[in-house]
Amino acid sequence: MYLYDEIDRRIVKERAEQFRDQTRRFLAGELSEEEFRPLRLMNGLYIQRHAPMLRIAIPYGHLSSRQLRKLAHIARTYDRGYGHFTTRQNIQFNWPALEQVPDILDELAEVDMHAIQTSGNCVRNTTTDAFAGVAADELIDPRPYCEIIRQWSTLHPEFAFLPRKFKIAVSGSTEDRAATWVHDIGLHVVRDEGGEVGFKVIVGGGLGRTPMVGEVIRPFLPTRHLLTYLDAVLRVYNRFGRRDNKYKARIKILVKAMTAEGFAAKVEDEWQHLKDGPSTLRDEDVAHFASFFVDPPYETLPAFSETLAARLAEDRVFARWVERNTRLHRHPGYRSVVLSLKKTGVPPGDITAEQMEHAADWADRFGFGELRVAHEQNLILPDVREDDLYTVWQLAREQGFATPNIGLLTDIICCPGGDFCSLANAKSIPVAQAIQERFDNLDHLYDLGEIDCNMSGCMNACGHHHIGNIGILGVDKNGEEWYQITLGGSQGNHTAIGKVIGPSFAQAQIPDVFEKIMQVYLEQRQASEPFIDTVRRIGLDPFKERVYAKHH
Amino acid sequence: MRSIIKDGAIVEDNWRLVRPDEAGVLPQVPTDTDVIVPLNAWRSADWRQRTGRTAVWLAPDEDPGLLVSDLDVLPLIAVDFPSFTDGRGYSIGRLLRERYGFSGEMRAVGDVWKDVLHYLWQVGFDAFELKPGKEIALHMQGLQDFSERYHSTWREPEPLFRRRSKTGA
Ligand code: SF4
Repeated sequence: MYLYDEIDRRIVKERAEQFRDQTRRFLAGELSEEEFRPLRLMNGLYIQRHAPMLRIAIPYGHLSSRQLRKLAHIARTYDRGYGHFTTRQNIQFNWPALEQVPDILDELAEVDMHAIQTSGNCVRNTTTDAFAGVAADELIDPRPYCEIIRQWSTLHPEFAFLPRKFKIAVSGSTEDRAATWVHDIGLHVVRDEGGEVGFKVIVGGGLGRTPMVGEVIRPFLPTRHLLTYLDAVLRVYNRFGRRDNKYKARIKILVKAMTAEGFAAKVEDEWQHLKDGPSTLRDEDVAHFASFFVDPPYETLPAFSETLAARLAEDRVFARWVERNTRLHRHPGYRSVVLSLKKTGVPPGDITAEQMEHAADWADRFGFGELRVAHEQNLILPDVREDDLYTVWQLAREQGFATPNIGLLTDIICCPGGDFCSLANAKSIPVAQAIQERFDNLDHLYDLGEIDCNMSGCMNACGHHHIGNIGILGVDKNGEEWYQITLGGSQGNHTAIGKVIGPSFAQAQIPDVFEKIMQVYLEQRQASEPFIDTVRRIGLDPFKERVYAKHH
Repeated sequence: MRSIIKDGAIVEDNWRLVRPDEAGVLPQVPTDTDVIVPLNAWRSADWRQRTGRTAVWLAPDEDPGLLVSDLDVLPLIAVDFPSFTDGRGYSIGRLLRERYGFSGEMRAVGDVWKDVLHYLWQVGFDAFELKPGKEIALHMQGLQDFSERYHSTWREPEPLFRRRSKTGA
């Protein structure tokens, strides 16, 4: 994992001091609300329904056990004993007092963490595959490049005040697990025929009000040109993106207006002046960043763990958990374990201070002191020996972390919604819970198989509802909370935006609607066809007919 | 006469920046006054036959490339920030300095105050006319908000990663 040096620490410390001064001036009346608002947003501080909400950056989802313990401490000391993981691999606290935020930032700085650019119209936290570095299908470890982008984007003087927020995702594996097609910039690591490593550059994807799948503006960008090319893209956006209407200000609108070819040409033009400039990455620069992401001291283990095999044979419940909640590892004898934050009755992505501390302990005891946050809002122990899985499972069960539902219908991606977020049209957490309760029977849940269900409380789409196989969107109808359902969305290599099935529903109807959708699927599926494939094959009509049928 | 920040110090300044009124008309200015005029006025040439000096200011949506042939005669280019959250002027700054090689005074005007000075300085601005009501001596400290940065900027073209590998850090 990347280790801060004196300079990284100084920058974070100076930002914390700057923010302390900004808060002081605001409270003293020297900064108006209008002046303070963009400044606090650029440091992750929202004013929410109940209290401020502070969003803390977890760069590309990487976390050390020491940092997680600090987050537990903050949850306990400044909040109500829990935090919430977001779909951008960050963590949010919902109850801090404005006056205490500078102290929280000082605490964070002690463990090399901060809230820089976790909100506001600037480049946000860069995200990647939560299994980066350990995934079995990885071409190139994307993390050195994520760190290069993190440093480039942190307090970049030209791009502090963009037309709108800007999100970058990087994927280094065959299967895109970083949702790169729905980001402002998506970078896919690729190799050309000569074996040179580069990026496929996708621009203008995004969810929100106008969901769009991005367009490739450069099929191959040699890695050394990464930063100068990003400068060029951002400059074109900064200068020409719309600023008159916040709903038309994302880069996707500019790309559409200019066409992908027109936009690509403009970037190319700009880039000719920046290319080969001082930000060009030399081999030694990349090597420097890569040196932080070398393998930990893995043991040489047999590819087949007899201990694990024996346990799997004798304990069906454990076997299920292994099947759903662990992932193959690049290194023989190891697995990555997903700690589910999708237990029925708990808001998706929420984690208590105690859970954080336990997870930190397991990261030390069974791994190398590192954890990952997945954009699906779960926590990951990246390196667990297969021999230890049974013990980890038992411990995780005790802490409410072992719901064996990863990738299944109840592993719902869900934004905080109307319970916390002041922008919400509708609550999302109770709806997620109602679905989890309805599909509580594990046999049924397993029979339904892999289904991504994503939910957002408003058009801003923080819960990525458009790319859920089933998406739920909270809408406002004459001051009442209603829910619109979409089908057919997906993330990954076959990213697609879901289609609305028809008029929206009241909250209480949602579990029944889900049940009907599942009935249609079970009746129509062929052999072991997953839900999304059935939807693609038969289209929306059979689902609509069932869901909107008059009961007589 | 009022004070501005120039090269990190508070100095008295005589330039008069003129903005068009609602009808788009520029005010009359005595011919011996140093004046900063909008781009279209500058391009119309009426404003150049004066005893005082004439400079130009750019709105955020204007193209600094239009000034390329004038850079040698322009004593000063100002860039207007109608709102501090309008970041287009930062790109204009970098373009003027890095691409077009402008070496005269580059002045940020409009909604300019403490918390943006550091960024403006990095992209090449060296003079700042603060938003009215902002205490200049207090706000000037904003130039010192950060002692290091990661990027290649006009002030320091070598990005941190290159300087790091040099010192073996
Ligand atoms: S999707 Fe809407 S309701 Fe949900 S967190 Fe985002 S802004 Fe708030």
